[in-house]
Amino acid sequence: MSLNSNIPSGPLSDKWTEHKFNLKLVNPANKRKFTIIVVGTGLAGASAAASLAELGYNVLNFCFQDTPRRAHSIAAQGGINAAKNYPNDGDSVHRLFYDTIKGGDFRAREANVHRLAEVSNNIIDQCVAQGVPFAREYGGLLDNRSFGGAQVSRTFYARGQTGQQLLLGAYSALMKEVGKGSVKLFPRREMMELVLVDGVARGIIIRNLVTGQLESYAGDAVILATGGYSNAYFLSTNAMGCNVTAAWRAHKKGAFFANPCYTQIHPTCIPVHGDYQSKLTLMSESLRNDGRVWVPKQKGDKRSPASIPEADRDYYLERKYPSFGNLVPRDLASRNAKTVCDEGRGVGSTGLAVYLDFADSIKRLGHKVIQERYGNLFEMYERITGSDPFKEPMMIYPALHYTMGGLWVDYNLMSTIPGLHVLGEANFSDHGANRLGASALMQGLADGYFVIPYTVGHYLASQPIPKIDTSHPAFKAAELETSTRISQLLSIKGKRTVDDFHRELGMLLWDKCGMGRTEEGLQEALVKIPQIREEFWQNVTVTGSEGELNQTLERAGRVADFLEFAEVLVTDALHRKESCGGHFREESQTPEGEALRQDDTFCYVGAWEFKGVGQAPVLHKEPLTFEAVSLSQRSYK
Amino acid sequence: MNETLHLTLKVWRQKDGHSKGHFETYKADNIDSHASFLEMLDVVNDRLAIQGIEPIAFDHDCREGICGACGAVINGRAHGPMSRTTLCQLHMRNFNNNDTIVIEPFRAKALPVVKDLVVDRSGFDRILSKGGFVSVRTGGTPDANATPIAKTKADLAMDAAQCIGCAACVAACPNAAAMLFVSAKVSHLALLPQGEVEKKERVTNMVAQMDQEGFGNCSNEYLCEAACPKGISITNIARMNRQYLASSVIPA
Ligand SMILES: Cc1cc2nc3c(=O)[nH]c(=O)nc-3n(C[C@H](O)[C@H](O)[C@H](O)COP(=O)(O)OP(=O)(O)OC[C@H]3O[C@@H](n4cnc5c(N)ncnc54)[C@H](O)[C@@H]3O)c2cc1C
Ligand code: FES
Repeated sequence: MSLNSNIPSGPLSDKWTEHKFNLKLVNPANKRKFTIIVVGTGLAGASAAASLAELGYNVLNFCFQDTPRRAHSIAAQGGINAAKNYPNDGDSVHRLFYDTIKGGDFRAREANVHRLAEVSNNIIDQCVAQGVPFAREYGGLLDNRSFGGAQVSRTFYARGQTGQQLLLGAYSALMKEVGKGSVKLFPRREMMELVLVDGVARGIIIRNLVTGQLESYAGDAVILATGGYSNAYFLSTNAMGCNVTAAWRAHKKGAFFANPCYTQIHPTCIPVHGDYQSKLTLMSESLRNDGRVWVPKQKGDKRSPASIPEADRDYYLERKYPSFGNLVPRDLASRNAKTVCDEGRGVGSTGLAVYLDFADSIKRLGHKVIQERYGNLFEMYERITGSDPFKEPMMIYPALHYTMGGLWVDYNLMSTIPGLHVLGEANFSDHGANRLGASALMQGLADGYFVIPYTVGHYLASQPIPKIDTSHPAFKAAELETSTRISQLLSIKGKRTVDDFHRELGMLLWDKCGMGRTEEGLQEALVKIPQIREEFWQNVTVTGSEGELNQTLERAGRVADFLEFAEVLVTDALHRKESCGGHFREESQTPEGEALRQDDTFCYVGAWEFKGVGQAPVLHKEPLTFEAVSLSQRSYK
Repeated sequence: MNETLHLTLKVWRQKDGHSKGHFETYKADNIDSHASFLEMLDVVNDRLAIQGIEPIAFDHDCREGICGACGAVINGRAHGPMSRTTLCQLHMRNFNNNDTIVIEPFRAKALPVVKDLVVDRSGFDRILSKGGFVSVRTGGTPDANATPIAKTKADLAMDAAQCIGCAACVAACPNAAAMLFVSAKVSHLALLPQGEVEKKERVTNMVAQMDQEGFGNCSNEYLCEAACPKGISITNIARMNRQYLASSVIPA
């Protein structure tokens, strides 16, 4: 099978406009004859479901939470980018495009990223029209702030809750359509299987999480907007329910998985402090504007931070990167924190933390200014750790945060399975090897509001789609597959809990396929993952039964999929012998210890085809070509 | 400093919506005081699972105080003893060694128990589907800066828009009213020029659905405001009542 990205020809800045004109349309009267299944109600899923229903399609929309409004997008804090250039500081569609391509370390498609930058402004207009209360200036116009990786102020925000307000906007559009009956909502439902009829995506099997019953749904197209896979690492900044199940089930049915090794590790999270810990809380990156990162110069210095004199402190980011200092990009800040901790200079009870110290800023700007800027964040930090950042430096450590990899999609956001479209964090499309801050929210809403409403119509109008319903044998077969797997999980009755296995897998991935990756470590992981998986299927304990609300069973199913997925994640990391963006291969670095890309060999998207559990997946390459930008090595010295 | 706590939990167990529930007592020994309340429940659940006892079911997702999934009544208070704190953000250092902690689901006729601490809050979605939106379609919207909005108004709208839909307000209210929740959405939208256009239909339709769901009426007890983890102000209820009155006098 060859990968056809379907990127339109013509000049970069005309591609999307031309393409929209060339896309086939569905006659308005015919739209209601089509049923579209949308799995996910985050920014990508909710915006898609609402927009498609407005056009007249019949939409079935699923999520595992008790209401669509609780999708993980709700937790995004910082903001959303757009090329409005309201501050008159030189922004443009082209600059947003360029920054995103460069930020992604030249591993994303130019055409997709350009389209993203083009529609970014429509997103802000749309959200304001819905009543999203973005921050405003005294004159009544919208306020902007700056974010990592950009020299212009292009980030729109709503206090520290941008994701919440954008999601509530998309959710309100969705509920408007639910009220009209054009979207049927299915909360507390988990997708267990994708159903193919004659090689085309035609439906899903879901588990009703309240009754435990399996239900089948048929449609004319299927859209997955099921988010990222950071939780493969057990501890991450993601919500507890985030999973790879929907994407993985589709992968097993033929959808290629692209660039799974591109994961983003966020430098400023609250460190791990005990083995009971369930998640790592993100502390906004903005803290690095006024906080100074340091560790003791001496290994094993156990003095309290206040009693370590200036001369014995190492402000290592300021020392190594004099021009960017504490504001280096996420991957550099993370990797350097790991290095100093590996040297035995980490702080806190576990030695896996560095200080983020506000003392100098408090002295320089005063308590009041710092309170205004970071009061909320300091309060949140104190609530969680019991320590007051006005009195003691914060302790931070990197954590898994976002996954750039995902199901491979073409320019129309369709996967390698005809009819299966993938949106938001679940696809691989726009961020290359590293995502810039405030760009995930932009991509999710771009996909849902402004791309899929056009491209799915084209798909539906381009070929005859035979009428089928859930009595088709393909549905029965997929249901049987699912119920067999569930019965198997319940019958093991072993001695270890689901979380115990999840934690073991997570620690392995974090050690061997986290901030720094080596040939040897990755090989080791590839030996261990199948062993953990095998033990899981022999020794896990899943209490309760099938026909009821059973949260242990839900988690067991997700962990079982992570245990299969982890192998392709590590295989991808092993094959990509270059360093790029969030993927740092220790063998490929500059003499100064910075990431070294190898454009001659690795300037492609790596898309993996499933060949069986425990079998090596097959690599397909989509070459990346750059016409509008020239490839350069990043430098932040 | 961390401390190790030994606790006794009295937890509401209920198999499903049709069965009767009861309290069970569990020991929660060796709990790190730095753990969050839900992490404490995770530890207890892992120990139960190893003994083959079904773990306590509870809703949760973000564990950052923003998704609104978590919530239970802890020693008689929705989300527990700390003000402006969701259950997932409550930490065990706020309890003492040897404490007994009573844990029950949010209780209200319109929030039926699904299992253990999990309740059905779908009534909130149905209320919002009757008017919790601005009727704009995707595309064709004016430039975001076309209509300036006074910062003070925008800030007030944002204050109301912060509601996480957790339903603690209903659980705290002696009448099981959902007025704080409904009024937060009504206020958020009515305060903005984009939402003002439909404000009469919105309040009428949402209140009608609220009544139909079986939520009670407000008798100014202020307990909802005290329980709200996001500090949603009760002035929103007054604002909604004024709008409701105005829209029933002058037909929309
Ligand atoms: C703490 C934090 C802060 C962030 N801050 C920012 C920021 O400031 N700016 C920014 O741009 N990005 C930010 N991000 C990233 C951004 O929030 C996410 O990438 C984005 O919201 C993902 O949206 P989505 O719609 O793709 O998926 P999600 O919001 O994750 O939604 C997934 C949906 O799929 C459903 N689902 C998943 N699996 C299944 C299944 N098997 N069956 C049924 N339904 C399923 C879920 O119920 C949910 O509705 C942040 C991320 C985190 C963790
Ligand atoms: S789990 Fe999301 S608010 Fe508590």
